Amino acid sequence: MPEGRAFAPQFASARHRDETAELGMWVFIATEILLFGGLVLGYFVYRHAYPDAFVAASKRTDILIGTANTAVLLTSSFLVACAVNALQTNARVVCVALLAGAIALGSLFIGLKAIEYANEYRERLIPGVDFAFGGSLANGVQLFFVFYFVATLLHALHMLIGIGVLGALALLLRKSSNTRRRTALHSAALYWHFVDVVWIFLFALIYLPGRSGG
Amino acid sequence: MSEADYLNCSYTLRSWFFTTDHKRIAILFFASLTAFFFIGGAAATLIRIELATPQADLVSSDGYNRLFTMHGVIMVWFFLIPSIPNTLGNFIVPLMIGARDLAFPRLNLASWYLFMLGGCVTLFAIFAGGIDTGWTFYTPFSTLYSNSYVLVAVSGVFIVGFSSILTGLNFIVTIHRLRAPGLTWNRLPLFIWSLYATSVILVLATPVLAVTLVLLAAERLLGVGIFDPRIGGDPLLFQHLFWFYSHPAVYIMILPGMGVINELISCFSRKEVFGYKFVAWASLAIAALGFLVWGHHMFVSGQSLLASLVFSFMSFMVAVPSAIKVFNWTATLHKGSIRFDAPMLYALGFIGLFTVGGLTGLFLACLAYDVHATDTYFVVAHFHYIMVGGMVTAYFGGLHYWWPKITGRLYSEGWARAAAILIFFGFNLTFFPQFVLGAEGMPRRYHVYPPEFQVWNVLSSGGATILAAAYLLPLFYLGYSLFFGARAPANPWNAPGLEWQTTSPPPEFNFVTQPVVTRGPYQYSADFEPEPQNA
Repeated sequence: MPEGRAFAPQFASARHRDETAELGMWVFIATEILLFGGLVLGYFVYRHAYPDAFVAASKRTDILIGTANTAVLLTSSFLVACAVNALQTNARVVCVALLAGAIALGSLFIGLKAIEYANEYRERLIPGVDFAFGGSLANGVQLFFVFYFVATLLHALHMLIGIGVLGALALLLRKSSNTRRRTALHSAALYWHFVDVVWIFLFALIYLPGRSGG
Repeated sequence: MSEADYLNCSYTLRSWFFTTDHKRIAILFFASLTAFFFIGGAAATLIRIELATPQADLVSSDGYNRLFTMHGVIMVWFFLIPSIPNTLGNFIVPLMIGARDLAFPRLNLASWYLFMLGGCVTLFAIFAGGIDTGWTFYTPFSTLYSNSYVLVAVSGVFIVGFSSILTGLNFIVTIHRLRAPGLTWNRLPLFIWSLYATSVILVLATPVLAVTLVLLAAERLLGVGIFDPRIGGDPLLFQHLFWFYSHPAVYIMILPGMGVINELISCFSRKEVFGYKFVAWASLAIAALGFLVWGHHMFVSGQSLLASLVFSFMSFMVAVPSAIKVFNWTATLHKGSIRFDAPMLYALGFIGLFTVGGLTGLFLACLAYDVHATDTYFVVAHFHYIMVGGMVTAYFGGLHYWWPKITGRLYSEGWARAAAILIFFGFNLTFFPQFVLGAEGMPRRYHVYPPEFQVWNVLSSGGATILAAAYLLPLFYLGYSLFFGARAPANPWNAPGLEWQTTSPPPEFNFVTQPVVTRGPYQYSADFEPEPQNA
């Protein structure tokens, strides 16, 4: 290994390394899209098969918390975008503050989600744990809630990972910044926005079927 | 030999288990995969012994279910899918493109650890009692009825999937970003093209398997889920999702083999691969079409006739790029200066076996014939021709071809040729009778069968004995060469590829000076004799 280089030997320059890292994140996001894609396909199969049940089930979801969470998450994405921008203009302290804000909003999202889950537990809407929904639509409603829990838990797991990554970066950037950390922040921001976009789809699929079009 | 290379630069355990050198990680994968190959092979051996007689004499029905499941799970996820990409690919890709490592060396090491973790979890499931669902984990049997270690095995496969994804991601980024100056896409060796196509499948198909297994696990854990027919769920949805991964996975298993064959055919006939661009794009075409044919595993599942027609048509379409490859390999041989060294024997064997496997695939793509052949030994024979006759043969061919580069040692050419020939004949004797058995209606996954099928089964089991011996042979002569083989020159085949321009074995960071590429990959001189060393 050529000594004294700030970057690994497979790269020709620090810039080369950073661009490569970013491409890696895009490929990772492609993989993630297919991960959620399989789930969404299953959702549509059953929504097509049991349209009335999905409407009935969707009406039992908490649109207030759902909408609030959408606003929280979009705002956090905005803060992350601002943080990337701030670091590019070398406003390191501002960047760290913005990241802290994004982390706080991400945690708020998780907190609200937990309240939502607790309410659903009280309303006995958790398939396999405690589920009680009367009437002829019960089966389709149960299928809806299986998706609801798998999809939102998978999304929440992504949120937790994102919070961890942003937190680690904020701690590093508090000390100092370099091009490598700038790229890392850029990639982390891509990931955070992706998780945000997934939520926008989930929001429409989960909360809106019973409430749109009368 | 005082020069430092990647093998002798350090001997500590730490320098192996925490290495980020793609070459050492390839060796780690190679050792682990060899172990899994022989574990899966042991299961196959027991299966063939049981099937030598029509009665059940070795294992119970339940034991037999667990045996073929173990064979399938181990061979598919812990040998075939990672075989060429994670060993030869890991070792050769950076060398071939003139890079000092993969783009993400630590991710590469993580891939091995995930592989080992998934492997240990799966082995635990097997030795704790086994799984009886078949490698396909079909619902509702796997979720509601099976009393075996489904959850543990599914977790193992789930984990190893992430190893696949990380390797695929690493290859895609590496091939895009780390090519040597002058190495344009149209100068890339075809091995790289095929691994690129493979990586695209790894990255796009594997996550679908992951989420499907999550749904399966949730259903088995909680007793209610989306494949559960008791609440209106559709077990067939599982098959759709499973085959959306597992059919492309077939191409994960064959494309790298095709890539190896390009290198071998070209080298041992001293000619440029005929129709380079067609072969390169055929790999991508196979990868793309591979995503659109999963329904041909479900012709008898009750899917709509229209869906079956479309899937049948698309399956026939896959034959086009596959045939382009076979025709171009034979055209490459035409008027070449052919030498029958061991790697070439494997390559020629591959062409024959892959062609038989591919053509019988067309039988199965026919709606009418597939109804007859579904779940018979015809299907078993077909996919073994592709995966064992094709992929494993290519794996051995590539292993011999690059062995001098990987280890810095030469192997015994005589033994290697003997093994190659033995594998070819042993393979055909094992699996050709299974076409006949399948056509006559013997179903797969049964260990008791009518006496009139015994002749073909005995032939098959006899062939398996030869095949087993032939697969064990390289263990000995390659193992011997590792310690006592003659030192290999840098370029024993006088090949133009970049991987041959550095020493054997390569130094820790592959190239002392950054290579620059000015020509295509297959500019062979007619002269086979290696240039004299130390000239």
